[in-house]
Amino acid sequence: MQILGPPHFPPAKTRTHEVYGPGAPVFAFALAARLGGPCLWVRGGWDAAQINPNGFAPFIDPADFALCNTKDQMQSLAVAEEALRDGAVPLVVMALHKPLGLTEGRRLQLAARDGKSTGLALISEDMGSNAAETRWHCAPVFDPEYGGEDSTLHRWELKKNKSGTLGVWYVRWDRASRRIVVVPPAGK
Amino acid sequence: MFDGIGRRVVSLWFPRLASDRVLRRCPLDGPFALTQKISNTDRLYCLNHQALKQGLHVGMPYSDARAFCPDLQTTPVDLPQDERFLHLLRRWATRYCPWVGLEGRDGLVLDVTGATHLFGGEDRMLADMRMRLMRAGLSVQIGLADTRGASWALAHFGEGVAPVGDPLPVLQTLPVAALRLGDKTTTALERLGLRKIGDLASTARAPLARRFGTDVLMRLDQALGHQPEDITPLADPPHFGVRMTLPEPIGLIGDVMAGVSRLLDQLCAKLQTHEMGARVLTVTVRRVDQDSQDVELRLARALHDPQRILPLFERGLAEVDAGFGIDQLRLQATQVEPLRAQQITHASTTQNGSAGQLEDLVTRIGARIGLENIQRFLPADSHIPERSFLIAPVAYSEVPRGGTWACSQPRPLTLFPPEPISAHGPQPPKRFRWRRMSLTTGRATGPERIAPEWWFQDENWRAGLRDYWRVETTQGRRLWLFHTPQNPGWFVQGEFA
Repeated sequence: MQILGPPHFPPAKTRTHEVYGPGAPVFAFALAARLGGPCLWVRGGWDAAQINPNGFAPFIDPADFALCNTKDQMQSLAVAEEALRDGAVPLVVMALHKPLGLTEGRRLQLAARDGKSTGLALISEDMGSNAAETRWHCAPVFDPEYGGEDSTLHRWELKKNKSGTLGVWYVRWDRASRRIVVVPPAGK
Repeated sequence: MFDGIGRRVVSLWFPRLASDRVLRRCPLDGPFALTQKISNTDRLYCLNHQALKQGLHVGMPYSDARAFCPDLQTTPVDLPQDERFLHLLRRWATRYCPWVGLEGRDGLVLDVTGATHLFGGEDRMLADMRMRLMRAGLSVQIGLADTRGASWALAHFGEGVAPVGDPLPVLQTLPVAALRLGDKTTTALERLGLRKIGDLASTARAPLARRFGTDVLMRLDQALGHQPEDITPLADPPHFGVRMTLPEPIGLIGDVMAGVSRLLDQLCAKLQTHEMGARVLTVTVRRVDQDSQDVELRLARALHDPQRILPLFERGLAEVDAGFGIDQLRLQATQVEPLRAQQITHASTTQNGSAGQLEDLVTRIGARIGLENIQRFLPADSHIPERSFLIAPVAYSEVPRGGTWACSQPRPLTLFPPEPISAHGPQPPKRFRWRRMSLTTGRATGPERIAPEWWFQDENWRAGLRDYWRVETTQGRRLWLFHTPQNPGWFVQGEFA
């Protein structure tokens, strides 16, 4: 039997996408693992939460990961645009904390198209920009049957899709094959 | 050898170079010495004048010296610093003549042939040297003679000047040790009754050569000028800077870039011949009104490739205010690193292509947010979660390859400073509030006990042992909680993927 991922994953390359919810970092790392190669993570330097390389080592090699600490959101966007346009990294993740205007969102799309790389914005709820190609909501779900050593069950909901249908999938990270697999929802 | 003009050599000997160097930094009154650890014993390496007066000598064990002289102050010797200091002195000495070489670890040798008249004669030149070195706080002994050997002998044994011509009349009263011979040879010569250079010079040569080898006679001949001896001057470090003066002022970005491109070609050719790569480059742009502006470029790795460096300058040069025009460009590599030429293979070109692109990207982003703000993780050997990795700037660290990230227990994806929750007892709470969310424990796995590293002073680990639990909440989130049994309390420290 072939193990299948969600149908819209990975989302269109050469575009910028948005993801929110408590499971957003997992989505980002799953996407980085899927796209392969180095990953640039842009975030505000004031953020006290630390990304733990021991935590994401099952997803991607920490040697392929670079972190940019910026002063404010304007700088984050400038760095992300530059990296997307350059195309040296297949995935640029930017953690944003303010709503994105249409101009900024469109510029990111153009930069991603020019550089042929994928952009992913980690946003807060209700902060989406109209320019985003897709918007996902990711949240972990408690599974009463499987737990402990198993990876967390996640509910990924495609909230917005400019070129396709929406949907909800229950997924797990499969450590052995290093990919996201679709599973039945908890308790079924 | 030299017919038209006699060769004149100055030998400078700094008998207390190491201690003088330290005392220049922090002047002390009283006996002072530098110690060196030789085969597990601290021995005196260099002493100042007062310490010598107390009867201490070089090579004495430190403990003995302290018994003789209780108020002796010491510091360990720093040989690389001393060597650097001697190189600085060598560079300073080129003010007297261009031909300056090092003499051992504590001396300089200058070929001042034809340069003495510039300072008003030999005596005034030596007086000038002595005055300047004394002002710098260095004790020095100076010898001047026709040969390197004779000047060395004079510097080390009775300062003086040998007149032009045969140095033997001046040297003959000096001990044989002044011929730069080993201790063993010197002792053997003294046992034979040959105590002075004069004795040695008047002895038959053949038996001496049979008894001691040719070394003694070679040193004697070198001192007396019968055998030549060279002085090797050190090359000055290469200067990585080029400039261009323009007949007409320019103002367009394209023109400035074209100028910088020409300068880069010259500079990179120079860097390539020396197998160096630039790390920091500065373009100084001088305007017609004598105002000048610097554009600095910090590279993510050492480069000497003009095609790669030039596009990186675009952003900085675009911000230059040209005013009435620019008439001089100056490009300098302010920080360089060795960069060896590498074999180009099929595999390396494909790999370097993307790696080079990534480094250029890091340079460009670094110009915007600072190179130190682009970081990567390096593995570290610690079981403390916060110290199990290091954060290093991408530009100044190598990519670690290999499976050093293996962790026996799952670790959370995000770590944050411990956030207290209200709970009691050693078991994880059934219900708790965290970040204004009320959460219910669905499943708890643990505990995993982590003890603090007592050899580090860490404020965060003052509470002692930690029992970590992986708590799966029925709301979905998997949190990393810990309990501190020695100082009861519950905290949330991370969230799992």
